Amino acid sequence: MNLLEMHQNPSVYLVLAALLLAIGLFGLIRRHTLVGMLISGELIFGAAMLNLMAVNRFFAPDPTTGQVFVLFIMGLSAAEVAIALSIVIAVYRNYQSIQTNELSQMKG
Amino acid sequence: MTPFPASEYVVLPIFILFLGATLAGALIAVFTKWIIRSVCGLALASVGLAGMFYFLNSPFLAVIHILIYIGAVCITIIFAIMLAEPDEPTDAPGQHSLSWTLGAAAAAGGVFLALALLGLKGDWPAPPKQVSDGSVENIGVALLTSQSLAFLTIALVLLVAILGAIAIARKGRHME
Repeated sequence: MNLLEMHQNPSVYLVLAALLLAIGLFGLIRRHTLVGMLISGELIFGAAMLNLMAVNRFFAPDPTTGQVFVLFIMGLSAAEVAIALSIVIAVYRNYQSIQTNELSQMKG
Repeated sequence: MTPFPASEYVVLPIFILFLGATLAGALIAVFTKWIIRSVCGLALASVGLAGMFYFLNSPFLAVIHILIYIGAVCITIIFAIMLAEPDEPTDAPGQHSLSWTLGAAAAAGGVFLALALLGLKGDWPAPPKQVSDGSVENIGVALLTSQSLAFLTIALVLLVAILGAIAIARKGRHME
């Protein structure tokens, strides 16, 4: 692989996306607070977007479709952050804590 | 159009800079102890990802990514950090036990190896003839014609999300 043509090589982007997904997954398991898990989830969204864009750039006949798809994912992640953070605030109000190992009650 | 002489020696460091920003930001976001530094890592990773989008022939998505991720997502998370106290206590029992961290690393490493092997060894098709150049004009036309269902769906999802966020968080002014 020619190093100077690195930015034209789809493998670089695919491996980077896989690495981002792995880092996000690791953080999702390791973190013990809701906000930390949310940040790791955003990294996983970023990995999905990068993967889609790489495939869209190198292997798709119409590069418009993947960009619309990535715009859709960005909208979904913004909606997810809005909902998740309002839940975090509501949980903090009830428990005075957002540690995941203290959130052990359910009430219908 | 003939490229600028020796332009590849300019492009390569910029590409490596964005690549490094993505990786370093992601690692900071996951490994640091304080959540506020974690948000800064997420912002750094977002800058790197925007650069990646630029290199993937989509400057429009690069701008949108910075706008949404740094301008909206990171700021919202910082608001939540100021309203709650998300830092992990250092003396709590059972936190960061070594076996738990090792298990997480093993799971993440397995996923990474499988996906990286798939990306490197996979039988990817040859690049087809491209029917459009993926410009902003093409995106705009696609959003209003062939992809209009996605456009309407995301509008509906955002509306419902905003209403839901307000409904969940509204009864908070008076603490009992």
